[in-house]
Amino acid sequence: MSGVHTHQRSHGNFVEHTIEGLHAAIARAMYADTLAGRAGLLQHIDPRVKLAGLLGLILATALSAKLWVICAILLVSVAGAGLSALSIPALMAPVWLSALTFTGAIAVPALFLTPGVAIYKFPNLDWPITAQGLTTAGFLILRAETSATLALLLVFTTPWTHILKALRVFRVPVVFVVALGMTFRYILLLLETAHEMFESRKSRTVGKMSSGDYRRLAVSSGAVLLSKSFQLSGEVFLAMQARGFRGEVYVLDEFRMSHRDWTALALFAGLSAAAIWAGR
Amino acid sequence: MLFEVDCITYSYPGQTALRDLSLTIPEGIRAALLGANGSGKSTLLRLLDGLYFPDSGTVRFRGEELIEEHFADDAFAYDFRRQVGMVFQNPDVQLFNPTVFDEVAFGPLQLRWPKSQVRERVAEILDRLRISHLKDRIPHRLSGGEKKRVALASVLILDPAVLLLDEPTASLDPRSQSQFIDLLVAWGGGTKSVITATHDLGDIEDIADRCYVLDAGQLVADRIPSEVLRDTDLLRRTNLVHAHRHRLPTGEIHSHPHLHRSEE
Repeated sequence: MSGVHTHQRSHGNFVEHTIEGLHAAIARAMYADTLAGRAGLLQHIDPRVKLAGLLGLILATALSAKLWVICAILLVSVAGAGLSALSIPALMAPVWLSALTFTGAIAVPALFLTPGVAIYKFPNLDWPITAQGLTTAGFLILRAETSATLALLLVFTTPWTHILKALRVFRVPVVFVVALGMTFRYILLLLETAHEMFESRKSRTVGKMSSGDYRRLAVSSGAVLLSKSFQLSGEVFLAMQARGFRGEVYVLDEFRMSHRDWTALALFAGLSAAAIWAGR
Repeated sequence: MLFEVDCITYSYPGQTALRDLSLTIPEGIRAALLGANGSGKSTLLRLLDGLYFPDSGTVRFRGEELIEEHFADDAFAYDFRRQVGMVFQNPDVQLFNPTVFDEVAFGPLQLRWPKSQVRERVAEILDRLRISHLKDRIPHRLSGGEKKRVALASVLILDPAVLLLDEPTASLDPRSQSQFIDLLVAWGGGTKSVITATHDLGDIEDIADRCYVLDAGQLVADRIPSEVLRDTDLLRRTNLVHAHRHRLPTGEIHSHPHLHRSEE
């Protein structure tokens, strides 16, 4: 991933691989926040508007019965990524490739199994590719790619904490939003702890470990982290109680809608409505 | 009396943290709970904050016994939490909100302050602690000193009459330690009660009028700071000082008691 500092991958060392994996996970989380802080078109829009607007476009993508409409939404979202200072080859391309791999695996059988007019037949194979099958596979892949791109636009242009708060627009219970936020925050803390544990282990490891040692290390590290997370959760609960928490959470919603946000909302609504109408 | 602790015992599974401990803490005092690691000072702070309840004995706050049944009553709990604030040793357990602003606003919101007042007070306290620039930051990305300041702000916003501090300067660099002590000394203009659990003797005369020395879960001394600092035997017995050896220019090995000061 561009901008994320990753180590050169070494082979055959469980501890080093684990450290690299933990480092990459922390770096990715930090990089997403860095992207969200860049000066770009979508970064300046209220998270609630972005969440509602991009969900509207995902809905239009799912409802559209015309391929060109889905292609148009994909083009708009790619343009949105460009205007939001997101690198298409570095950020979007890997996700497009993953979506193509997974959706493609599901879509390939549809090429052959959907009844219809045969347009191509492989030599020595009885299954023809049908025009209807090709259209079905095209819809599946394009919908997946477009929805993934829209979701990425939200994730890469909005701090995770703001996305969670914006969920409250959709009447998601406060306690659920707060629990998700705390989970994210403490997962990062535990990732950092695990990273330090494995670095400490590496500093005391000479030579190559046996596969049995790897397993023992993985299990004991997991147990230590579990124990630490239990202890941490107990302490966090006490800290919440000490500040008046009584089982119900009260939070502050400090979002403010500006003219720009209202304009963006109108634009998102117009685009979604037009796409749904055109895609009937 | 602010706190009256009468003959309390408190145990964790397989370990007794406090044993038959009694002490009284007067109103408006700056007190230090001194003790080495494992002496029971953090446990005592949690008992004073109504987070733990003793296995036997009583803890009273302004004459009212701190028992679970009383905390089940919303009016009592809100009133107590409004009056007594606690800053935990590890700021990571206290900073669980998505942004610094939310973190500082958490306490007043739970106590049902009007939202406009919360916004106003958060801005005020961030400004007072000179951390306004951090308001949109994610707490876990802050430095150790910044985390401590945010943790302190999240408690001071309630303007509690009593502040409980667990190792407030632990893991801070010397400059941050000094700034933190200055903040505490200035807070409330000397009219509030501050109870600090620490094993750091360096700043004890700045932050405390009275010292309660704990050892193995028991109170072993209740004196003014200068007397405690002069009593080398007491400090050595309670592991608050240790022998410091170094070689003199003559080649002779010299040994003397060594205090743990924040600068060291």
